[in-house]
Amino acid sequence: MARELLKGNEAIAEAAIRAGLDAYYGYPITPQNEILEWMSKRMPELGRAFVQAEAELGAINMVYGAACTGARVMTSSSSPGISLMQEGLSYIAGTEVPMVLVNVMRGGPGLGNIAPSQGDYNQICKGGGHGDYHPIVLAPANIQEAVDMMPLAFDLAEKYLNICCVLLDGSIGQMMEPAELPEMQPYPRPFNQPWAVNGAIGRERRILTSIYLDPPEEEITNLRLLKRWEQIQKNEIRYKEYYLEDAEYVVIGFGTAGRIALSAVRAARAKGIKVGLFRPISLSPYPYKRIEELCAKTQAFLVTEMNAGQMLEDVRLAVRGRVPIRFYGRLGGVMPLPDEILDEIEQMVKHPPKAEDDPAAIWLHRMLETVK
Amino acid sequence: MATLVTPENIVYKRPVGLTDTVTTYCPGCTHGIAHRLVAEVLEEMNVLDRTIGIAPVGCSVFAYNFIDCDFLEAAHGRAPAMATGVKRVLPDRIVFTYQGDGDMASIGMGEIVHAAARGENITVIFINNAIYGMTGGQMAPTTLPGMKTTSSPSGRDVEAQGYPIRMAEMLSTLDGAGYIVRRSLHDPANIRKAKKAIRTAFEVQKHALGFSMVELLSTCSTGWGLTPVESLTWLEEHMIPAFPLGDYKISEPVAALKI
Amino acid sequence: MQIEIVLAGFGGQGIMFAGQVLSYAAMETGKEVTWIPSYGPEMRGGTANCTVVIADEEIGSPLVKNPPVALVMNLPSLDKYEPLMRPGGTLVVNSSMVDRSVRREDITAIYIPANEIAEEIGDKRLANMVAVGALLTAVSVLKTEDIEATLNAHMPGRHKHLLPKNIEAIRKGYAYAQAHTVAAKA
Ligand SMILES: Cc1ncc(C[n+]2csc(CCOP(=O)(O)OP(=O)(O)O)c2C)c(N)n1
Repeated sequence: MARELLKGNEAIAEAAIRAGLDAYYGYPITPQNEILEWMSKRMPELGRAFVQAEAELGAINMVYGAACTGARVMTSSSSPGISLMQEGLSYIAGTEVPMVLVNVMRGGPGLGNIAPSQGDYNQICKGGGHGDYHPIVLAPANIQEAVDMMPLAFDLAEKYLNICCVLLDGSIGQMMEPAELPEMQPYPRPFNQPWAVNGAIGRERRILTSIYLDPPEEEITNLRLLKRWEQIQKNEIRYKEYYLEDAEYVVIGFGTAGRIALSAVRAARAKGIKVGLFRPISLSPYPYKRIEELCAKTQAFLVTEMNAGQMLEDVRLAVRGRVPIRFYGRLGGVMPLPDEILDEIEQMVKHPPKAEDDPAAIWLHRMLETVK
Repeated sequence: MATLVTPENIVYKRPVGLTDTVTTYCPGCTHGIAHRLVAEVLEEMNVLDRTIGIAPVGCSVFAYNFIDCDFLEAAHGRAPAMATGVKRVLPDRIVFTYQGDGDMASIGMGEIVHAAARGENITVIFINNAIYGMTGGQMAPTTLPGMKTTSSPSGRDVEAQGYPIRMAEMLSTLDGAGYIVRRSLHDPANIRKAKKAIRTAFEVQKHALGFSMVELLSTCSTGWGLTPVESLTWLEEHMIPAFPLGDYKISEPVAALKI
Repeated sequence: MQIEIVLAGFGGQGIMFAGQVLSYAAMETGKEVTWIPSYGPEMRGGTANCTVVIADEEIGSPLVKNPPVALVMNLPSLDKYEPLMRPGGTLVVNSSMVDRSVRREDITAIYIPANEIAEEIGDKRLANMVAVGALLTAVSVLKTEDIEATLNAHMPGRHKHLLPKNIEAIRKGYAYAQAHTVAAKA
């Protein structure tokens, strides 16, 4: 198929449809309205299910219902809406049914604004809802990656009976880039999973629930989830590396922060600094191992995010004090520019951080000095 | 230059209850009229200094920049719950919410129904423009059958997307409701009636006679894709038949109220 | 090769579309490209802008601090972007809507009365295409023919009759700009 110039949100919606999406339930919220709007046109046209729910709480529970039937189902929202979905997400995790969630993050907390942000890393990657569960979280940095992730997200969700979240920010949702959409999958896909609740025609009845009143039974359920999570951690680590072969310094950033850092890394290279970029794509499971390996030949890391250092915690977990880390974040919907990150790289080289430093605290004090 | 405006010949001015901030509404939007009416009533009742407004999420999210009293900003749909929280600890204050149709009749349906059922002594100004203005013109629970929006691109299909919700009628079935009426903002005569209703609603609250709500049929030229003037006509011709104007609940004590 | 272009003006001046036309043409000539809008409640009037980045390899940041090329369709946009221009860059100014000249001497200025030229052609909505034509004198990676081919390929059938005038607008803009460029002194 030929490359087309596509808007992020619309490309994501169409890619999901082509991956065999059976049902979409959602509620308007900027900056992801184009996903819902695209679905409102295309899904009925194709004879598939679309509902604009009364709220995100309704939407996620519609998803819960459809997921229990074995249908390919997704919803999309942005930060405040995702907060409202946490109840349903926890139930879906506890019931062990697959679903895809697209979160187009915006500036927060609270109503915040509609500008691009990565402030919900912790909420999405570390749970958000109650209980012990881990969603799979994939973070695209451009539209082609986002498009390619949609079929993958459904496959992973179904393979591991897990929530799979595609996590991006408003800038990727709103921007246009050339990308190639996947082929339209033959539809309808037969779905008749051995766990699906779809009417006990010619079989024993089935029940799907997330209640396990007997604590030992709930413990066994939790262990079952964790066993699958272990498999996911083993099989589903994804990342992309740039200019790392001879790199003495490594910048780490995901999604938009990662791609902005790419410009800065190239500029630093042009100035003769041996720096590379490590861009995690799976945020959950997180590529701890690879970062650990990078420690051996790295003099210092620069972690850059559009938040106050949420992924930084995971980098620190991988680095465990072996290599010093510097941190640079922008908050509340402010996007960093390549020049800022280039400056950070140069500062890191000129004044190497110390392994015992608290990078987030040092960054915060720099910010309090400069941003007034 | 001769002074044209003297105290004697002023017939129209900004009410004390409105700030001099230019609103962020599109040209022709009736949110501005509704703001003005609320401000005038609060000024006339001399309660601006003890009124607490709760702004919604929607185009009127910045209502507090325009209406000059204490204000809070609720999460989408939750204004009646927030108002309950405030009123229960400050029963002698005037507490009102100002909500759009998406905010109230969609995401906030639970909060509004229960605030009314509890007979919460608050006033609700409900702006029904049959669309989601703020997010760019999606379908609202009050969107008319067949009406095109960005999320009902071939027109609201009642088979798939259901029917519009009539909030005034629905809430009037609740015993806790004291005063529930629907008015329109499409011409001066109706605007005057709307103001009277807003006054009554706040009086109901002042006399602790239970939940009060004024639904105001409003325009959204941008969302509807019409000029401001066309929008007023469209409101009259299409919205009023679907959402008839009238008094839906006037409890006995409210009927006995002398203002 | 990488070039960043900022296009800015009032909502309704066709700025977003102009940026998209450049992006389509870049894609069709085999380049990498990003188009990113300022998004928000701009449907309530106010200014709008978008940034187009064209490159040979995977594009990093879709935004730049100091653009080498910018098109400003009104005065607020000139005020905003003139100080941000990269030294040696080119600023295309819609002189129909701007009543002052560019103050910086280290950038090239191109003044184009886009509205007047569009009206001469017979459709004032073509001002953005006139401006795109002018812009192309500063964007060597794209030729006017590339834009024309793009318009031809992407204009929906019902708008096809507008194609000749669009092409005329681009050509006139280009020719006018070639004759009215004030080169940087530095
Ligand atoms: C939890 C949550 N979901 C969605 C949104 C996005 N949102 C903002 S305003 C709005 C709808 C507003 O429509 P309405 O209440 O009809 O008011 P109007 O803008 O038309 O005045 C929505 C869905 C949000 N802010 N929070």
